[in-house]
Amino acid sequence: MNEKPTLTSTVKALLYLLPALIILGVFNIYPIIKSFLMSLYTDYDYFNDVVNEYGFDNFVYIFQDPEFWLSMKNTIIFVIGVVPISIAISLAIAILLNAKIKFKGLFRTIYFIPFVTSVVAISIVWRWIFHTDYGLLNYFLGLFGVSPIEWLTDPTWAMPSLIILSIWKGLGYNIVIFLAGLQNINKQYYLAAQIDGASSWRRFLHITVPLLSSTTFFISIVSIINSFKVFDEVFALFDGKPGPAYSAQTVVYYIFENFYNNWEFGIASAAAYVLFIVIFIFTLIQLYIGKRKVTY
Amino acid sequence: MPKAALSKGFIYVILILGSILMLLPFIWMLSTSLKSSGEVMMMPPVWIPSDIKWENYATAWEMAPFARYTVNSIVVTILSTLGELITTILAAYAFSRISFYGRDVVFAVLLGTMMVPGEVLLIPNFVTLSNLGWIDRYEALIIPWTASIFSIFLLRQFFLGIPKELSYAAKVDGCNNFRFLWTIMVPLAKPALITIALLKAIGSWNAFLWPLIVTQSKEMRTLPVGLTSFSTEAGTVYELLMAASTMIILPMIVLYLILQKYIIEGVARSGIKG
Repeated sequence: MNEKPTLTSTVKALLYLLPALIILGVFNIYPIIKSFLMSLYTDYDYFNDVVNEYGFDNFVYIFQDPEFWLSMKNTIIFVIGVVPISIAISLAIAILLNAKIKFKGLFRTIYFIPFVTSVVAISIVWRWIFHTDYGLLNYFLGLFGVSPIEWLTDPTWAMPSLIILSIWKGLGYNIVIFLAGLQNINKQYYLAAQIDGASSWRRFLHITVPLLSSTTFFISIVSIINSFKVFDEVFALFDGKPGPAYSAQTVVYYIFENFYNNWEFGIASAAAYVLFIVIFIFTLIQLYIGKRKVTY
Repeated sequence: MPKAALSKGFIYVILILGSILMLLPFIWMLSTSLKSSGEVMMMPPVWIPSDIKWENYATAWEMAPFARYTVNSIVVTILSTLGELITTILAAYAFSRISFYGRDVVFAVLLGTMMVPGEVLLIPNFVTLSNLGWIDRYEALIIPWTASIFSIFLLRQFFLGIPKELSYAAKVDGCNNFRFLWTIMVPLAKPALITIALLKAIGSWNAFLWPLIVTQSKEMRTLPVGLTSFSTEAGTVYELLMAASTMIILPMIVLYLILQKYIIEGVARSGIKG
């Protein structure tokens, strides 16, 4: 690699890169630019592919569309509902799994299974679990005297249902990453602290938490980005609808609806870009906080 | 040490309870898929059906063209995984072993585009594919997914770890670059390649939004898309829905149980490298 680039080596490299670059160029890089331009189409003839006018109308439309704001609100509620709980539970389980116990591999295997299965298929299973009259969940709650909850048909419960399903689905991934992080912590720290008489809670607070902060940081960024893009779960859980009374309409659902059902490419593109910007801002904020709080 | 034993017992209780919660939906799915329609609606729930109805699977299989969906899913999964492996190996080799003009810029641009969510690409890609006349064809389901920046990045890191002396030695022995890549580098990178292939195969098998958008006819649907339309058509016939869900989930669970070491390692690695 220390050799200087030459014309020959550049041509050779290009040949190796060509297949990847063609695919990525056509289906990744070009659409990023195209999508941005599309979000600026205000007068567009799709059938003849002629753009008569550019402008910010699509963005203006989105920001005045109550449905978009509802979608954004729902998405943010979803992110806030899923990410912290999922991180807390998966950290707790990872710490338990990291203890000297038997069947470690078996437990890890079990927790990871939901992650490899189809979101759509498993969401349909959960739809049955959430069933008001014949669902498993209401049956168990009934044992404790809780009267049946209309999980999927009552607008106030639709979002909690979606959050429960998503936390369940994503735990395994977070647990595996946390376990990898925990295994990187030098055991000597714990021994030293134990000699100094630190309780297990204090060891957790003063060794595990700070030394795991880069892992937690990574998981929170990935989880927030992924949660902002939730779609499959919504579609399958509510049978192709965005929940009762739009209570589970997320931003990606809004994009899908405008693109697929309304053929409003400009509006859908603009919404996709707004989503991107929101995710980007969240990531920047996290990076900023991370810089100050994460111990490496 | 009674205190330690107690806390260990506590750990097991929590882990076992958690495992039950993780597995319950699958057990419920399996159990419901074998029930008669009467038992599906029974309260308290029946866990072991009194009369095991294997025919639910046959009925579900015949009610929708699941055979066709399965073939589509298999074709799409295999071809997009193979395609991605080829483009990734070639590109990762160039980025890790060849010094060329603009290498760092190209690499940086590619990494930068990883930040853009896939949803932004959805619409222009749909337009491109409809201009190419590929909508509702295998091309649309496969070709856009045959290259991944993330995989190239992962494999490049792995290739960088392979000592360069090896390629010098091969060169002295008269082995050209291309042969060296396929006969030496690729076998050495097997763990990374298996990881890439498995994560891709899982993702491809489970993909939903894209196949939903680019397929129109029944014949081109993949399993997840077929399942949602089946669920709308079958309505509340839950034993059939659960049978269909089981058929879709099972292959990936079996694959996972066989190759879990690689999958879990791959996920853990991708997390650390972040």
